[in-house]
Amino acid sequence: MGQVSVATPLEIERPDSAEETFAVPEPDVPWVTLVHNDPVNLMSYVTYVFQAYFGYPKGKAHKLMMDVHQKGRAVVSSGSREEMERDVQAMHGYGLWATLTQDRN
Amino acid sequence: MAGHFEATPGGGAAVALDEVEISILRSLAVQLLELIGPGDEPADGEDPLAALFAEGPSKPPTDPALARLFPDAYGGPEGAEGPAGAGKPEEELRELSAEFRRFTEMDLRTGKRDDALAVVRTLDALSPAPDDGAVLTLTGDECRSWLRSLNDLRLTIGTRLEVSDEDQGEEGSLYRLPDSDPRKPMVMAYLWLGALQESLVETLMP
Repeated sequence: MGQVSVATPLEIERPDSAEETFAVPEPDVPWVTLVHNDPVNLMSYVTYVFQAYFGYPKGKAHKLMMDVHQKGRAVVSSGSREEMERDVQAMHGYGLWATLTQDRN
Repeated sequence: MAGHFEATPGGGAAVALDEVEISILRSLAVQLLELIGPGDEPADGEDPLAALFAEGPSKPPTDPALARLFPDAYGGPEGAEGPAGAGKPEEELRELSAEFRRFTEMDLRTGKRDDALAVVRTLDALSPAPDDGAVLTLTGDECRSWLRSLNDLRLTIGTRLEVSDEDQGEEGSLYRLPDSDPRKPMVMAYLWLGALQESLVETLMP
């Protein structure tokens, strides 16, 4: 008698292996929206779009525009993939050349 | 053609245009509408209702100007740091772009069409006097439609002219084309639209 253990059932369901199959589908790396340089868009217009759409202050919008112009591209926003697809679509609506990618840095 | 936009009270803008300018702007906007097209309409005999539920295209437009207006969402240009696709294989980027395009391009086309239609509508509401032209007065919303549409026009014409970074600025080759160059009229329109857009942006700067 005395040996009955209530804490340890005889049959143990081991959920460990089942849980392990819930692999994370994608690493938790944020996505970014890139805007690329092009020879047509006016510098003032690109700055305006960054202010009007993202609500960035003039200084930040201007700096991002200069990065696009001088470095060829700039990261203008980051977040979930769905959010970045929305931003890219909006940029295309304004005629800016934008793509999204997963930020590896 | 030195017309430029000025801000009006209440967040709008106004510009004086002569008859020729009005007619050029209208004609360009109509050409843009024709280029963007009605979207993928059902072929003859097909159920028009099906178009309501149709997905957009999955391939980039073959026309270079349309391809610029509706670029791929994944990939981008090759740069010094490699392609902007973060090392994904090209095939995967193409498939991601195709999927994005199926769900966004029709909406984007609708937006650009609405903007160009706003340009045509506001121009048609003018009654220019033969000698004085007319003053085009836009609401804030109309200003934003005009701004995007002027940009779409410049992207389209710029693609046709194969404008590059070296063409920009007062020293750029666009400003030094001889009158005999067949591209001259299009270049003049391109530069004029740029000045018009620049003045409109300034009135809208927050």
